Amino acid sequence: MMIKSMAEYAANGEMPEVLFWVGCAGSFDQRAQKITKAFAQILDKVGVKFAILGKEEMCTGDPARRAGNEFLFQMMAYNNIQTLNGYGIKKIVTACPHCFNVFKNEYPALGGTYEVIHHTTFLQGLINDGRVRLKEGGSFKGKKITYHDSCYLGRGNNIYEAPREVLQALDVELVEMKRCRTNGLCCGAGGAQMFKEEEKGTTRINFERAEEAIDTGANIIAANCPFCTTMLGDGLKNKEKEDDIQVMDIAEMVAQSLAE
Amino acid sequence: MQLVQQILFILISGVSIYLFAKKVGEIRRNILLGRKEDLTDNPGQRWKNMTLLALGQKKMFKRPIPAMLHLFVYAGFIIINAEILEIILDGVTGHHRLFAPLLGSLYSVLIGCFEILAVLVLLGCAIFLFRRNIIKVPRLVQSELKGWPENDANLILITEIVLMTLFLSMNTADLVLQSRGVEHYTATDTFWITGMFTGLFSGLSDGTLMGIERGGWWLHIIGVLAFMNYLPYSKHFHIIVAFPNAYYMRLKNQGEAQNMPEIQKEVLYMMEPDKAPTDAAPAEPQRFGAKDVMDLSWKNLMDAYACTECGRCTAMCPANQTGKTLSPRKIMMDTRDRLEEVGANINKNKEFQDDGKTLVHDYISVEELRACTTCQACVEACPVTIDPLNIIMQLRRYLIMEESNSPEEWNLMFNNVETNMAPWKFSPDDRDKWAEEMMQA
Repeated sequence: MMIKSMAEYAANGEMPEVLFWVGCAGSFDQRAQKITKAFAQILDKVGVKFAILGKEEMCTGDPARRAGNEFLFQMMAYNNIQTLNGYGIKKIVTACPHCFNVFKNEYPALGGTYEVIHHTTFLQGLINDGRVRLKEGGSFKGKKITYHDSCYLGRGNNIYEAPREVLQALDVELVEMKRCRTNGLCCGAGGAQMFKEEEKGTTRINFERAEEAIDTGANIIAANCPFCTTMLGDGLKNKEKEDDIQVMDIAEMVAQSLAE
Repeated sequence: MQLVQQILFILISGVSIYLFAKKVGEIRRNILLGRKEDLTDNPGQRWKNMTLLALGQKKMFKRPIPAMLHLFVYAGFIIINAEILEIILDGVTGHHRLFAPLLGSLYSVLIGCFEILAVLVLLGCAIFLFRRNIIKVPRLVQSELKGWPENDANLILITEIVLMTLFLSMNTADLVLQSRGVEHYTATDTFWITGMFTGLFSGLSDGTLMGIERGGWWLHIIGVLAFMNYLPYSKHFHIIVAFPNAYYMRLKNQGEAQNMPEIQKEVLYMMEPDKAPTDAAPAEPQRFGAKDVMDLSWKNLMDAYACTECGRCTAMCPANQTGKTLSPRKIMMDTRDRLEEVGANINKNKEFQDDGKTLVHDYISVEELRACTTCQACVEACPVTIDPLNIIMQLRRYLIMEESNSPEEWNLMFNNVETNMAPWKFSPDDRDKWAEEMMQA
């Protein structure tokens, strides 16, 4: 398959339907790369004309801002907005709720205003429009699945239903954890915690969350964020459940269920 | 004798109101010590928020049982204040039950309603005491509540119980006196609740009953005035501040962190020097982030006075649930305590004299600030729209930008973002390696 960069589109005087903002985790983290590939595969298969920035993409600055390093955040934001505005980009889709939040809510004040869509909402749209067609009786049909609300999609931006609707379209048996939607429990990675040890406590946040997911009896934990995916995976390992329960991004589940 | 009572009443009320207004003025001054922040846009939405959240208690109902009990106490408080109006007018004019002849049979219905509410308040407060002291609901007995906050809570509940008991015994005695046709006691229809208890008092003499009635009346109104003056020193002040606090809440998605235009500008001038103003006077040195309460916004400071220490934020905080020292409630309590200390300093010295203390370090530790995952559970949980995360973020900014106080792992992450454009040490050239792999496959 072909994946074109924004530079290539621009060289031909063309504009893609949407820019796929991959994000650092999606670009470099081995686990998250699978999510990136699954989402790109879906876009390619259903014929969404998309571009990536490729080597021109940079960290949005979100972890720096959350840690308190506003200066570094502003520098990253300045550079990214220069790039995005330089290409005249209007519409961005991303598989990372942190990138999504920072584009949607924080870049406009800095001169970067775009239509920003999280990939789960984008997938829901593609399913509703009939562009994504799913296998009858796909591999997730009737499977017990629990959905983990990421903080930056859920509480941060009030998106609770779109990912659940995609799961419903996959015909899964959705079981909710005790703490879900507005009461959801963090995976432990937000606020730049991903990049340092947790402070001293009685347990780790991702252990606590994994335990709650295990308690639902689900076979799969559906996630929408590369950081949640990593944290929950580590949580399952700690409970020695990594062979019984899988953490999957919703894009991976859809990619596996695409009709031929 | 009557005249003496009237004069005494006016005197006590006047002094109470003066003291209350003075303390409220001090609190207002304290709040305005904060940085400016414009929160007046979209008044329509703001009125709606205040109506739904403060008046309508919308978010309280996330926890239905305490919400119901709170509603009893809250409705009782608001409606019984209508009764206070009559008490005050009686006190000033020397009449007794001034509204009774004016309202006719409606009067007893009204008093009946107040009595039902009084009983609900009694019940609510008793169960609240039970939850705090006997069942020990976890969020109501956490470590930051040891000492004064715990006593404050119990004192409020006991006072309300005493006030309601005085109100009810005063009415009971009144009914017996009425039935005996004692002068000055206007005959009304029987009251719904206290009408059932007149038997308890029927053996008492007129004099004793008048003692109970007058004693109840005086203690009730003095209790109310004293309680009013206690409010601004107590967490219970939330009954007032909750309203403006909901009105002035930040209207934005919870995920949005506040921008820092001063640093945005600095970066812009660095990247595009031609845009930097050449003739501008050097900017006043300003602190990046917040070290002490004066560096916070006035809204953060109002939040601190709106907090009634219910601990819903802390109960939802993932860091706190997993045993870390961070408690969003403690952040709010610390902010208020420090602000009160600063206020006392200003009262004493006319203007703030450096006392060698700051909100960060002396009240809130670095460890607490480090543990926050910015998940917004505390913001979501607060029934009166307090935003502890906003304060945490400003204190973190101070730690990083002014003190360079950062864990080594974060320094590494900052370095990577700056040099590799990603928080990890990968080559920027490999950013689209996944795409190449897909194209080759």
